[in-house]
Amino acid sequence: MATKKFMFVNRKAPYGTSYALESLEVVLISAAFDQDVSLAFLDDGVYQITKGQDTTGIAQKNFSKAYKALGDYDINKLYVEEESLSERGLTQDDLMDLVWEDEDDDWAEKPSIIMVNREQLSDVMAEQEVTLSF
Amino acid sequence: MVNEGPYQHQSADSALNFARAVLAQGHEIFRIFFYHDGVNNGTRLSVPPADDRQIQKEWSELSKEHNLDLVICIAAAQRRGLMDADEAKRQGLDADNITDGFRISGLGQLIEGSIESDRTVVFGD
Repeated sequence: MATKKFMFVNRKAPYGTSYALESLEVVLISAAFDQDVSLAFLDDGVYQITKGQDTTGIAQKNFSKAYKALGDYDINKLYVEEESLSERGLTQDDLMDLVWEDEDDDWAEKPSIIMVNREQLSDVMAEQEVTLSF
Repeated sequence: MVNEGPYQHQSADSALNFARAVLAQGHEIFRIFFYHDGVNNGTRLSVPPADDRQIQKEWSELSKEHNLDLVICIAAAQRRGLMDADEAKRQGLDADNITDGFRISGLGQLIEGSIESDRTVVFGD
């Protein structure tokens, strides 16, 4: 099967609606199809990868740990829009430390998060062949 | 991909109209995948008021007319109570509610459809 450039665009907060959780389910399935996968986090979607998520008060599964496993599935291009962070009073320090291991570089741990501004993100989106927005 | 349920959200109407328009232009639709609340487009137990549109029935008719592959995501469907007869039996439930022309399958169908098609269009919020 052909390989295409897939981008999953995450725009919603992790809780409050099921978009984030169900987006993550598609992302994990796409890994099994050997595609060139990247993720974008913008608008309230940046909250999906913030540190210290605690869902004990809302009786929902805390699925934030699953983002840490993405590197193991060779999903290691997580574009985060800088403007979305700053508009919400967040910085990269508020995000989880998401990494992947580069097998061509003695399994060195490398960051998966790529900070981009709005204009750069639009360029990355323009390169995609399939854009699925959640 | 249709991500929103009928009546609550215009996505379902837009998707239906878009599907009709592309078919009228001679394009081929490889598959329509229903995800999130979009799975509710496939229930046969919807009874809208007589003067309203009948979205689920329209999908079903369009599917019959053009031999469309309408796929409901199984994970999303199980959460929301959309069942075909086989799945209802497997889950030990006393009813099924999927309408003609739809089938239930996995998320791989969405990825495969996106690989096989020239364009993937998302209808959602």
